[in-house]
Amino acid sequence: MSALLALVKKELLQLKRDPKLVPLLVLAPVFQLVILGYAATTDITQVELAVCDLDRTPARRRLLDTFTASRSFRLVRSLDSLDEAEALLARGRARLVLTIPAGFGARVAQGSAGTVQVLADGADAASGGIGLAYAVAALQHFSAGQGTRTAVELRPRVLYNPELLSRHYMVPGVLALILMVMTMMLTAMALVKEREVGTMEQLLVTPFAPAQILAGKLIPTTLVAGVQILTALPVALLWFRVPMHGSFLALAVLTVPFLLCTLGLGLLVSTLSRTQQQAMMLSALVFMLPQIYLSGFIFPIQNMPAVFQAVTYLVPLRYYVTILRGVFLKGVGLSVLWRQGATLLLMAVAILTVALLRFRRRLG
Amino acid sequence: MIRRTLAIAVKEFLHLRRDWRTSLALLGMPMVLLLIYGFALSFDVHHIRLAVVDRDGSRASRDLLASFLSSGYFDLTDFRRDLSHLPHAFDSGEIQAALVIPSDLGAALAAGRQTSVQFLLDGSDSLTATTILGTARQIVAATSPPLVLDTAPVQARVLVAYNPDLLSSRFLVPGLLAFILMVTSVIATALAVVREKERGTVESLRATPVLAVELLLGKTLPYLLVAATAAAGSLTLAWALFDVPIRGSLLWLAGVTLLFLAGGLAWGVLISTLADSQQVAFQVGLLSSMLPTLLLSGFIFPISSMPKAIQVVTHLVPARYFLVALRSIVLKGTGPSGWWVQAVALAVFAGVVLALATARTVRSL
Repeated sequence: MSALLALVKKELLQLKRDPKLVPLLVLAPVFQLVILGYAATTDITQVELAVCDLDRTPARRRLLDTFTASRSFRLVRSLDSLDEAEALLARGRARLVLTIPAGFGARVAQGSAGTVQVLADGADAASGGIGLAYAVAALQHFSAGQGTRTAVELRPRVLYNPELLSRHYMVPGVLALILMVMTMMLTAMALVKEREVGTMEQLLVTPFAPAQILAGKLIPTTLVAGVQILTALPVALLWFRVPMHGSFLALAVLTVPFLLCTLGLGLLVSTLSRTQQQAMMLSALVFMLPQIYLSGFIFPIQNMPAVFQAVTYLVPLRYYVTILRGVFLKGVGLSVLWRQGATLLLMAVAILTVALLRFRRRLG
Repeated sequence: MIRRTLAIAVKEFLHLRRDWRTSLALLGMPMVLLLIYGFALSFDVHHIRLAVVDRDGSRASRDLLASFLSSGYFDLTDFRRDLSHLPHAFDSGEIQAALVIPSDLGAALAAGRQTSVQFLLDGSDSLTATTILGTARQIVAATSPPLVLDTAPVQARVLVAYNPDLLSSRFLVPGLLAFILMVTSVIATALAVVREKERGTVESLRATPVLAVELLLGKTLPYLLVAATAAAGSLTLAWALFDVPIRGSLLWLAGVTLLFLAGGLAWGVLISTLADSQQVAFQVGLLSSMLPTLLLSGFIFPISSMPKAIQVVTHLVPARYFLVALRSIVLKGTGPSGWWVQAVALAVFAGVVLALATARTVRSL
């Protein structure tokens, strides 16, 4: 036990000795969280709207008000002719051009159907599409104000995230990402560095058992990850006000199998690479990028082709992101998330077995 | 000066040739990544898991249900007559939306009364939820007969420019391209100088008459060649496989791409001159290229929706300018009048960063 403590102490001392690494380790998570929390918003607001009004009657005033009443649109330009509309879209000055034809007001006053044209910039399909949906909703709203109602009304109720804030969806995912990056990369780097510099041999001739050497590497990285989460969690909860509907205990319990997975992956990477450079390339491109893209963290899994959906089942982050969002937003616990937890545990066992076998072989 | 720059370039090129694994990775990785993620990533919402609770069972309710299912957005995962199972189904994620049809729908429609259907929705993923909600609204509005006939609703005639089907791949693939090129070009050079520092060969360079600027330019040139080849391959792939039309001129495309690559490589060089170890260089390179390009460039998240302070920060991200220019040239076919500001910004970025790196190297040499 004291031998293990000595190894852990040696490892922490080594971390401390690289003066640029410590601030990187402490500040990177908070920095990532702040940037992601603010920037990773898919809430489309302030869609740039240009209006080409060929009518100039009071009816269009009311129509425009329904558009600008919400924060969804920002009026950037009023045009006199349609010719300018194309140029505006081409330069990206406007995303949506609303054209009110001559005679619109007269027709609306008569009670017959007025038609307006909505021209959208499809180059940015996300904000273009959402802008279009908003425009259609605004037109319906306008029609309703005119006294037109449909027989069936839709009464929506949004669960878990009633204001539809993307921040509440993204921030728990970021926590998972930080945890993964740090534990996997640090583990891989610490082990490969030892081998690259040649000190692994020296460690092996000491009376430490290989298992102790390994634990001596894994415990400090877990500690660092723990510190990182403890600094990032308050930022998520207090600064970004992400709701925490579930229990911290459930969160902690379900985090353990995920940590085992990432530590195992780090170990695996270290056995697959000879230099630090290779280790970083491997962990960044082969293990990290797929996890970011194929975990449902940003891109919904259900939108992917079936083949890629099948691949996502192999991505540990997929399960952990589900766990985090479940605990934070839905407030569910082990009774619902045990499946994800069990899957992670199985994956951890598999990854660790392969990694340990390879590790032993490389030692011998 | 040109001769010495070239000499360094040749030396670096030899390094690259000897380390063929790295070169192959730099060349092939962008295309492989584009291939994988171009297919995998999409914001086009399909297959929403929908539960239907039909308490009416009338012809009208079946019609409404049919129009939901034929829209192509929803998969019927659950059909029942009572509500009790819904909370658990939402909690476990089995369903994402539920349509609750009241028992009087058919009767109300027959009598000309107004009625309402309830639509429950998992809001955790706000982007998907917004899209689903808009779709559901449209479906209900389209299937429901108007109640008051004296005024007709305002119709929208919708035209979508550049990308009529609103395929998210058309705008994601250029973004992905920018992301991949940025990450690979920064990583390519981030290790170039620090490697010499770590191995001590920087001492022998110091003894040669090579100037700092020649050293850095020479180090960058071979990588520019590699990155440009990779970029050309990836663009071809995007055009051939992902329906990304190239409507503008190839010459402008090449010019803007080179400016962007130069900026990325220069950034890598700057990191390399600042870091003392390959580990730090790689971490900083990866974080500073991956995260800003992913988050702050408008690749996925629209810049106009960000808070003002963050919008200011996005001006420091070269991919932001490249993306505007790339999407303009590729999707819109615009000439320089549409994106010259962005091109200038890219050139300024590359120049300033390279100057900083040179200043830094002069001091350390």
